[in-house]
Amino acid sequence: MLHLVQDSPTENNKLVLCIERAVPGQTILLIEEAVYGARCDSSVVAQVMKGIEVLTICALAPDLEARGILTEETLPSIRRISYEEFVDLAANSKHIHTWL
Amino acid sequence: MMMIKFAIKISGSPYHSQASDTGYHFIAAALRKGYGIYRVFFYGDGIYNALRYASPPTDEREIVKRWSLLAQEFDLDLVVCVSAAQRRGLLGEEENKLLGGRESDLAEGFRISGLGQWVEAMLEADRVLVFSG
Amino acid sequence: MKKNFLYVIQSTSFDGIRIQEALDEIMTVAAFDQPVSLLFLDEGVYSLKRGQNPEILNLKNVVPIFDALEMYEIKLLYIEDESLKIRGLSTGDLILPVIPVSRSEIGGLLENFDVVLTG
Repeated sequence: MLHLVQDSPTENNKLVLCIERAVPGQTILLIEEAVYGARCDSSVVAQVMKGIEVLTICALAPDLEARGILTEETLPSIRRISYEEFVDLAANSKHIHTWL
Repeated sequence: MMMIKFAIKISGSPYHSQASDTGYHFIAAALRKGYGIYRVFFYGDGIYNALRYASPPTDEREIVKRWSLLAQEFDLDLVVCVSAAQRRGLLGEEENKLLGGRESDLAEGFRISGLGQWVEAMLEADRVLVFSG
Repeated sequence: MKKNFLYVIQSTSFDGIRIQEALDEIMTVAAFDQPVSLLFLDEGVYSLKRGQNPEILNLKNVVPIFDALEMYEIKLLYIEDESLKIRGLSTGDLILPVIPVSRSEIGGLLENFDVVLTG
């Protein structure tokens, strides 16, 4: 299952809630403002690191690049993916949910 | 293997969030990779993506026009929800005629129809995806 | 063609027109004879609270629509336990019977449905 999160973790707690609700083996893709949650020094890095132990977490590369978030600023276990890879990920996920 | 088909709902207004940008880039990437887009359904404030007379300054992206161009290039079905549109004052050609004969408020490539079109798309497609503000 | 739908309700009558348009969509899915369940999370749990009077603010009261859900064969209403507790509510404060689910079970619950959407 693919979870999409779009809000910044300093704006609200949707990313943290999504990590708490996802079950092992599921994937979270950070898009739009949520890509701030991929940073090594974000306010929610502890929860994100804990999530990564059992979940796959990716972030949309154009959203990271547009916000000036460099590869070396993001957690190494968070993969940066293109729109094309986002499409493949969605096509390969029987379930997709956007957390508004 | 048959290519996966997506049903996509856009319910974010173009200038309130990144939803219509993300939705557009996702759909364009999917079509260029050969995936199917069964239908794009504009609901809630997403109906503002279809305003015919949107005229942004020349140095800005043209949100409405790029939908029209994508629809033309890929024969994409862009459907605007009639109840969400009427509530917000966007009318199709027939409704406008009843009110005094103006043409449709919808830009090229969009058509207006009911929620049933969205339900049908969700039943026919392999994947359902929502971009919202 | 039948698919099993789950709508996640995260808003109240006071959050613009979101819940009203979500209910329109839910009713349309049900009118196509598709099985629909609802899951109330976060602020959405308030939408089932007893004693609401949105009419005072000239807003539409969606509570009667929830009441009518049974007629549409929308039987399964799930609610996240933690969302209720953090708001000082219990299932007794709600207008309809609901099935409590814990936060850690949500991801698994979503996979039981063919289509998951947010209201």
